[in-house]
Amino acid sequence: MSEGSRRAFLSTAAAALAGVAIAPGIRLIEIAGARAPEEAASAKVRWGMLIDTAKCATGCTECVKACNEENGLRDTGRPRTDAQWIRKIDLKDLRTGRQHSAPVMCQHCAEPPCVDVCPTGASFKRADGIVLVDKHTCIGCRYCVMACPYKARSFIHENLAEQKPAVPRGKGTVEGCTLCVHKIDRGDGSTACAQACKAAGHEAIVFGDLNDPQSAVSKRLREIPSIQLRSDLRLNTGVRYSGI
Amino acid sequence: MAAVIHRELQAAGLRFWGPLLAIGALVAAGFAAFVHMETQGHWVTGMDNQVVWGLPHVFAVFLIVAASGALNVASVASVFGRTPYKPLAPLSALVALALLAGGLAILAADLGRPDRLVVAMTHFNFKSIFALNMFLYSGFFAIVGVYLWFMMERRMNAFSSTAGLAAFVWRIVLTTGTGSIFGFLVAREAFDSALLGPTFVVYSLAYGTAAFLVALDLAWRWEGRAAETETLARLGRLLAIFTAASLYMTAAFHLTKLYMTRFHGIEAFLLAEGGVYTAFFWLGQIGVGGVLPLVLLYAPKTGGTRAGVIGAALLVVLGGLAQMYVTIVGAQAWPQPIFPGWQESSTFFDGQVHAYAPGAFEALLSLGGVALAAALIAVGIKVLRFLPDPCTDSSSPPPTSPPAKPR
Repeated sequence: MSEGSRRAFLSTAAAALAGVAIAPGIRLIEIAGARAPEEAASAKVRWGMLIDTAKCATGCTECVKACNEENGLRDTGRPRTDAQWIRKIDLKDLRTGRQHSAPVMCQHCAEPPCVDVCPTGASFKRADGIVLVDKHTCIGCRYCVMACPYKARSFIHENLAEQKPAVPRGKGTVEGCTLCVHKIDRGDGSTACAQACKAAGHEAIVFGDLNDPQSAVSKRLREIPSIQLRSDLRLNTGVRYSGI
Repeated sequence: MAAVIHRELQAAGLRFWGPLLAIGALVAAGFAAFVHMETQGHWVTGMDNQVVWGLPHVFAVFLIVAASGALNVASVASVFGRTPYKPLAPLSALVALALLAGGLAILAADLGRPDRLVVAMTHFNFKSIFALNMFLYSGFFAIVGVYLWFMMERRMNAFSSTAGLAAFVWRIVLTTGTGSIFGFLVAREAFDSALLGPTFVVYSLAYGTAAFLVALDLAWRWEGRAAETETLARLGRLLAIFTAASLYMTAAFHLTKLYMTRFHGIEAFLLAEGGVYTAFFWLGQIGVGGVLPLVLLYAPKTGGTRAGVIGAALLVVLGGLAQMYVTIVGAQAWPQPIFPGWQESSTFFDGQVHAYAPGAFEALLSLGGVALAAALIAVGIKVLRFLPDPCTDSSSPPPTSPPAKPR
């Protein structure tokens, strides 16, 4: 074999080998519908949720428990400083006596006040509408906590241990619902709270792509009337509520 | 008329080191509290996820606002051409710089990640008022620093009024920025008003003049020097005008809020049913910080006297702290309406008034910031010639109305 043809053979073989090695990964990503790590979040998608309060059971906290488990939030015995990414708010109309219960979390606004006020840009909105905190640039000033109309942000008041690898957290920084971004990015197609609600037989939380007319959440939003919390602020929330 | 001379602080030995060590001990205590808060986390303070800005912000914002106003004396001399105030102008610039440094130190020490101060200075979101304020604060140090240099360096004296004008404009913008940190927070019903910017500017005039008077009086006492009544009378008149203007802005702020039905709940809370906040508002901000100082400054027996003017200044400082407590903590104590029109309750304390009791560590941290400002002033006046003798340049005629133009 001449020097030239050996070189050509080796490079072809290397390319083929690389192709064989990478292809299953690419195929896996395709099957799961997930993004490759190097692929940026797309603005074609807007992740969001519909919360049907008519189906949400008073006293049921399956969504809260699932969120805490998924994201590694633990009870320190100090409720005033403990982080809560999702909580159930019990509602009562004082005039009519009508009662409701609804989970409230980060509303993933299209115009998020937390992102506006953050001095370092640590609070940011991904192209697909998910509002997050960059744990590396958050200085813990809590201005976003002051600015959020939904009380959706928590400041971490103590040292943390036994964190979930997919959900990094840190003392002295601010955090909130990530819409289970780690699950979305690996292609789970749902959030921990929505899955738990479904498993409990309520299906009060419908997750999906608001930009896709065929998604379950878009279809449901077309069928029943819904509102945005504090719609007077015109933040264009990614989480919608019906039945209120 | 004797010419004005500037001297270093005339106190040496134990008389100088005693008070300085006491101030230093407070700074050290504040630093220890800071280290404890940062290693343990903020759960050791009285702050929580309902009231995230507590006593440190009350003191920090007060000091920052007062810093801007402490420059009044220099502005009155340089910008408005009132020569009697000129001898005190350098000291007023020093007090301004020291108060700002003390306030910013508290703010930085109360951050969740103070070790990331470099991140805050290298990553900017220009839509954030906080980020803009970082430029306003550092710019204030630079401009007032240059102004101070021009005033104290004889060869640069000619440029001092230009620098004074720049400093004057800068500090108005700075305090507007500080007030706007709160004003643009639409999520909090107690804020959400464009009036907060200008209101803070007016408050700053009163708080800064008061803080300057207290600093001046302490320097005199440190030297064992008699108070100069003419200086006190002039600054007292200034303080009275600013205090009255502050009362006016407070009234305007709350009346505009009361005009809007959606704010009736928070206004009723702050002005009538808010317990400690209502008490701090009426007794602290209005009574101690507004009415009482005006009585002291205008009553024939106390007006223009050392006890009257300095007493009034101390009351304005206390009232200012009460105002910040009501403005900052009171605003967070009031629950945010997430479902307006519904009664809300949850494990995250939705729908209920949030309790806040300052803890020992944040109190020490706050006092440490005040002590740091005091220490900077003390060292400044000891090593450089800041203290004028006499403090008022009486060689110029008292201000009168301009003569009528001949027709």
